[in-house]
Amino acid sequence: MAPMKVYGWLVSPWMAKVLLCLEEAGVDYQVVPLSLSDGDHRRPEHLARNPFGQIPVLEDGDLTLYQSHAIARYILGKHKPELLGLGEGGGVEESAMVDMWLEVEPHQYEAAMKPIVWHCIVHQHVGLDRDQAVVDECVRKLKRVLEVYEARLSSAAGSGSPGPSRYIAGGGRVSLADLSHLPLMHYFAATEYAGVLDAYPRVRAWWEALRARPSVKKVMAAMPTDFGFGSGSSP
Amino acid sequence: MAPIKVYGWVVSPWMARVLVCLEEAGVEYEVVPMSRSGGDHRRPEHLARNPFGEIPVLEDGDLTLYQSRAIARYIFRKYKPEFLGLGEGGSLEESAMVDVWLEVEAHQHEPAVKPVLLHCIINKFTGQDRDQGVVDESVGKLEKLFEVYEARLAGSKYLAGDRLSVADLSHFSSMRYFMATEYAGVVDAYPRVKAWWEALLARPSVKKVMAGMPPDFGFGSGNIP
Repeated sequence: MAPMKVYGWLVSPWMAKVLLCLEEAGVDYQVVPLSLSDGDHRRPEHLARNPFGQIPVLEDGDLTLYQSHAIARYILGKHKPELLGLGEGGGVEESAMVDMWLEVEPHQYEAAMKPIVWHCIVHQHVGLDRDQAVVDECVRKLKRVLEVYEARLSSAAGSGSPGPSRYIAGGGRVSLADLSHLPLMHYFAATEYAGVLDAYPRVRAWWEALRARPSVKKVMAAMPTDFGFGSGSSP
Repeated sequence: MAPIKVYGWVVSPWMARVLVCLEEAGVEYEVVPMSRSGGDHRRPEHLARNPFGEIPVLEDGDLTLYQSRAIARYIFRKYKPEFLGLGEGGSLEESAMVDVWLEVEAHQHEPAVKPVLLHCIINKFTGQDRDQGVVDESVGKLEKLFEVYEARLAGSKYLAGDRLSVADLSHFSSMRYFMATEYAGVVDAYPRVKAWWEALLARPSVKKVMAGMPPDFGFGSGNIP
């Protein structure tokens, strides 16, 4: 069985989401590195894989997939459905909670956190100004989002388990919903706004526990928090 | 069995997305209308359902869900898995394509359409200026997107394959408003996209939900959400 191939650059948070799934699923895979600065994603051979010209792209035999969450669902659906709230011990209700937090992640969390990371870390290296007004507004939004997460992680796990939920989708089990938050948090924690997390101890504990997972350590090791710009290894 | 409840205002594209799915699934449901201008979504009883203070929210027995595409997935997983590329005749590969195109709708299509709706329809009624630069940029993005869709629809009847799926249905509610703007003619350059859109419009579920969606979001008739 040929290993799955993943095309992209390792510092991308969306690439990282896919790699986390492959690591958690324990499947054989091969990274095919592309260069953002060389415009590899806009070349015809890549547009043939993804007409939107983006990464990551996964190839599994004849199947070519893009959009990181779709790729993640495929890998886990095939190899580790428990991480989608399905499979052994899962069901429609548990998977619905995973799906819900998988939507909250881009629409609430990333929407607030990504501009902070981009303005504070990326912009200076790509000739763009940091817009402090944007950063301030996003920090305000992020605090409101983290309040909701803090309350969520303080409430009961459900499924009869005692104590607060260690995982964002409840159900007492780690899921893709938890993992999908990690790559951006890895970069956010390297900005001057990392201290924002101090006001949300359960969120911090959730992050600390997740980053201790072997899959997370392995994937994050390839993600310098300056996106590689400092070492001249920019994507 | 108590009917499913859906909280929100029916003119919302995110609300309408859920209603189309419920109609397609053929399940009994009840809309609990809320008032956006009245700030119902920020009241404690709604924040207890959705701490992000948004609509739609679905209640099915003990389960309370928000985020329209998560709700859509739940409805179909429970009642009509074929629309997720699963169930009878489905497969992991087909469901993967459904997931791809549902993500494309959320992360490529909606961000291109939303500014056009805001500047060309809503801003007129809320006293905000229309930023033509933003509109032009968004329409340009949408045209590039439709080029990809046109090529895709040359190979299959629907976006994820030959069966209608949640990925197709998910486009309806924001497209409905886009096609009420002066930019509707953009689809004329993409005949397969146009035919795909018209096939969606012909579905009874879509006709029924669209009846509650005046092209001006209700502002003109004073029925502001």
